[in-house]
Amino acid sequence: MTRSLWRYLVPLGLLLVFPPIAYATGLEFYTGLITKIMIFALAASSLNLILGYGGMVSFGHAAYFGVGAYTVAILTREGVTSAWVIWPAALVLCALLAFLIGSICLRTRGVYFIMITLAFAQMIYFVVISFRQYGGEDGLRARRPDFGLFELSDTALYYLTLAVLVAALYAVARLVNSRFGRVLQAIRENESRAAAIGYPVYRFQLVAFVIAGTLAGLAGLLMAHYTQYASPNLLAWQQSGHLMMMVILGGVGQFWGGVLGAAALLVVEEILQGFTIYWQLGVGLILLLIVLFAPRGIAGLFGRRGS
Amino acid sequence: MPPTLFLEQILNGVQFGLMLFLLAAGLTLVFGIMDMINLAHGSLYMIGAYLTATFVGLTGVFWLGVLLAVVGTALIGMLLELTILRQLYKRDHLSQVLATFALILIINEVVRIIWGPQPLLLSAPEGLSGPIEILPGLNYSAFRLTIIVVGLIVAVALLLLVNYTRAGMWLRAGASNREMAQAMGVPIKPLFTLLFGVGAALCAIAGAFLGPILAVQVGMGESILILAFVVIVIGGIGSIKGALVGALLVGIVDTAGRAFLPMLLSQVASPEVASNLGPALASILIYLLMAVVLFLKPQGLFPART
Repeated sequence: MTRSLWRYLVPLGLLLVFPPIAYATGLEFYTGLITKIMIFALAASSLNLILGYGGMVSFGHAAYFGVGAYTVAILTREGVTSAWVIWPAALVLCALLAFLIGSICLRTRGVYFIMITLAFAQMIYFVVISFRQYGGEDGLRARRPDFGLFELSDTALYYLTLAVLVAALYAVARLVNSRFGRVLQAIRENESRAAAIGYPVYRFQLVAFVIAGTLAGLAGLLMAHYTQYASPNLLAWQQSGHLMMMVILGGVGQFWGGVLGAAALLVVEEILQGFTIYWQLGVGLILLLIVLFAPRGIAGLFGRRGS
Repeated sequence: MPPTLFLEQILNGVQFGLMLFLLAAGLTLVFGIMDMINLAHGSLYMIGAYLTATFVGLTGVFWLGVLLAVVGTALIGMLLELTILRQLYKRDHLSQVLATFALILIINEVVRIIWGPQPLLLSAPEGLSGPIEILPGLNYSAFRLTIIVVGLIVAVALLLLVNYTRAGMWLRAGASNREMAQAMGVPIKPLFTLLFGVGAALCAIAGAFLGPILAVQVGMGESILILAFVVIVIGGIGSIKGALVGALLVGIVDTAGRAFLPMLLSQVASPEVASNLGPALASILIYLLMAVVLFLKPQGLFPART
């Protein structure tokens, strides 16, 4: 077995054996924390796909994250219990939403793209909190759906999230190294040149945008299962900023950027929250120092290009 | 609908729009000239409001408090530029977003440590707390009227500064082509520091006058920052004229939408639908406006770069 394969198998093995060990040693709290980290790792990786590889700085990624969560909450509220209905419904909805938003936003560039994606996310935020029967600004309870094959306990959710994350990361890895991914990166590097060669830039970007939106919806769906609650915070622009922070922190366009960023940020937040109620001060200082002194993110610190 | 109510809401819109302009003006110049995304701009607005509340409490005189707060915020703004923001000009937009987002977190917590988590009380000066009759049958809050007057004076002063002074000429030159301006001998470094000071002072004025109407609390900067960004994107980044038009447009559309949309909806739909949908539609109206403007004119209404 090659050395590089071990690099993936060892962390995966550790993650697989973690819940029983945590259970035995009374550290179950950390199973939940790791579940949360894996969910955000998925969301951040989806953003990294368009932001890092596609050069599309979407400031509205929370829209899909939140819509995924709200689909679970609203459907279970309306009496739908089967996960086999809820999951496809949420994913299709997020894909359609990303298609709609992307097809308009991708006509703009640069800062204007950042702002118009933000605008659409804000619109969705305000529409969702206006439905008082679905909780309004208080959010909505989201029952865990029925999978039929197994009961979705906290441990089952951990393994489900792990499986989804591994599958999604594998798919993204294949995608960015495929012809499609190469073209996407070519467009990021030089859009007019890619267009001149004959690639339909708009269509490539739109497909990537839809894939990223759907993956973020998948993360949101898991988030609703995790907290059993759909909060308007998931849709808020601060959430988009949070995800973007993870990607930048981890390393933009580095394959492990999203995962590393999510893990680092959430762990730092968790530790600082234990020390002081002013924990955001610490988070802010750390972020500032990283931007000023480690411009390529955590993945960049290891000194090799992930892609 | 009585015409006085309509007029009152339009005045409220103009008042809010002018305060948005004060925020957007600094933001659009920083953005246009230095090509720098400064999310911490809203934090200066918050600092301005907190300093005003503190100085008004200390001196007991509203206008003196405002003056001290404006000076104080300008100094803080220049200090930020000299120590941190200056390092970010040459970095990409993403680093700027992350660094200034970090600054928001830091400033919010520092404010919370100094002033505590409770919102501060900042009330309008006593002579201006009542309504005055500006037209027969139309009573309007004297304080809001003062805001309009102050906003207009500052806006005119700023337009004169940008359009008719040497520093203003440098600013406009920088906004349309930074490298060329530099090559022609524009003293960029002190100009940037000064610009940050002016931008921070404008933030403080907006914070001082919106403080008594909205609330002086941690997080007040972020919600208005998004609006200010909407304004400069609609107006065209780097253009003062665009910021003014965009700010008035956003101020009026937002205020009028909140006042009239639920009313209009209740005439065509059931009361339940109207009460649900009205506020939502009113909230998304400005974002809809921005999306339409960007769709039709991807560079905003008055692009500064040609």
